[in-house]
Amino acid sequence: MDTQAQYNDTVVRQFAIMTVVWGVVGMLAGVYIAAQLIWPALNFDLPYLTFSRLRPLHTNAVIFAFGGCALFATAYYVVQRTCHARLAFGKLASFTFWGWQLIIVLAAITLPLGITQGKEYAELEWPIDLMIAVVWVAFGVVFFGTIYKRRIKHIYVANWFYGAFIITVAILHIFNNLSIPVSLTKSYPIYSGVIDAMMQWWYGHNAVGFFLTAGFLGMMYYFVPKQAGRPVYSYRLSVVHFWSLIAVYMWAGPHHLHYTSLPDWAQTLGMVFSVVLLAPSWGGMINGIMTLSGAWHKLRNDPILKFMIVALSFYGMSTFEGPMMSIKTVNALSHYTDWTIGHVHSGALGWVAMMTIGSLYTLIPRLWNREGMYSTKLIDVHFWTSTIGVVLYAVSMWVSGITQGLMWRAVNDDGTLTYAFIESLKATYPYYGLRLLGGLIFFSGMLIMVYNVYMTVRDRKPEPVAVLEPAQ
Amino acid sequence: MDINDVRSLVLVATFVGFIGVWIWAWRKERKTDFDESANLPLEEDARPDDEYRTNTSWEKP
Repeated sequence: MDTQAQYNDTVVRQFAIMTVVWGVVGMLAGVYIAAQLIWPALNFDLPYLTFSRLRPLHTNAVIFAFGGCALFATAYYVVQRTCHARLAFGKLASFTFWGWQLIIVLAAITLPLGITQGKEYAELEWPIDLMIAVVWVAFGVVFFGTIYKRRIKHIYVANWFYGAFIITVAILHIFNNLSIPVSLTKSYPIYSGVIDAMMQWWYGHNAVGFFLTAGFLGMMYYFVPKQAGRPVYSYRLSVVHFWSLIAVYMWAGPHHLHYTSLPDWAQTLGMVFSVVLLAPSWGGMINGIMTLSGAWHKLRNDPILKFMIVALSFYGMSTFEGPMMSIKTVNALSHYTDWTIGHVHSGALGWVAMMTIGSLYTLIPRLWNREGMYSTKLIDVHFWTSTIGVVLYAVSMWVSGITQGLMWRAVNDDGTLTYAFIESLKATYPYYGLRLLGGLIFFSGMLIMVYNVYMTVRDRKPEPVAVLEPAQ
Repeated sequence: MDINDVRSLVLVATFVGFIGVWIWAWRKERKTDFDESANLPLEEDARPDDEYRTNTSWEKP
């Protein structure tokens, strides 16, 4: 059999394994800095271990290393399967794997050294930014090259989401990181003041919208039907979902800049579009969950489906919470508090991580020619650790955040502040403990996954899979 | 025509486009194509040499 008649699963396997590895690393970093917030001495007075340097390491590791590898792996798998075509440009696909890993390693070295642009989720300095741009364009060439050589007339909806994710992230990354280098490790953005802030949050919110949402919706539209053994609830709805989501997301960024020097009309615009965003988000969530309509009994026996349905539920919860928090009056209470951290983690752990974990449990046995994972029981244990972990995390941060918000805004009759900042800090201590516990429990589930994946793939020699002939 | 007219036109055009997507997606002619597409994730890899994955769920038959 010539190689063009087989799928390129090697690069999918590489990314899938590294997803698990970076998930462990990124979440361990998160647990460590959560502990630092309770016991600051854990930085051992070393600059490399301070919260300020490890926090971007944590966010970059979980979003771009863990989430990124998961998106590469599943995009490469899904586009081949739904196009009935081998991945285009095999060497370039391999380049994206090694390039992405090199970028992750460079991030892990430069961030603890304090080399940063100081832009949230865009901390990496200009030489690494250039490498990201090159690898990302290569990703696009491989992905769209495969779409181009497809042998199926239609482009399955998951590919639309993956495609939008790839194109938009390229644009966001390139424009937000336009800067003037002054040395190898230092650059200054070409934007200044409030323009820079708006660029940053145009990037920041659309990184949420296209990296952490559109990409993972692509994953959802393939792996939920696959695991449920049923087509998606409404393909028509998925088309409307796609176009409305990508049209609306782009305008929501200003809600990160409420009550700042950003013009008031721009803040209101961001707020209105954020509220409108509830509609496409819930359309997609309902479409995913209702795929199980008539087959709910499958949830009883299949922990992988439980992962996916709980992920969709968290997607629904955080996409209700997000629009609510973007309303100015709510934002006046929630902004700069731990509520935001709780919101982010209900999305990141509940939606992104649980959808990724569920999809990997579907994907990995197929990549290594097995009928299922080594242990279904351990998937179930992992499911419960994840669920309990994320609930503890989110609830503790909600309570902590609302406490902070109320204490900060409380004023006495004479107009002076009721509480000193340190009092609000003391009030949050118990919740920081609860958050650390939630994080630890979620992290322990990842270790179970490492064992389960290792036992599934060890001693297995993957066989090449023939490209499926299009149905006549 | 000043810039605000252009803005209004863009808004109207976007809205019409959005309604257009709904109409397009719900047309009867799309049904067959959409059904075909929707079944793509359910295809399993062909493996003539073994009987893996005829049933990928964990349910007992």
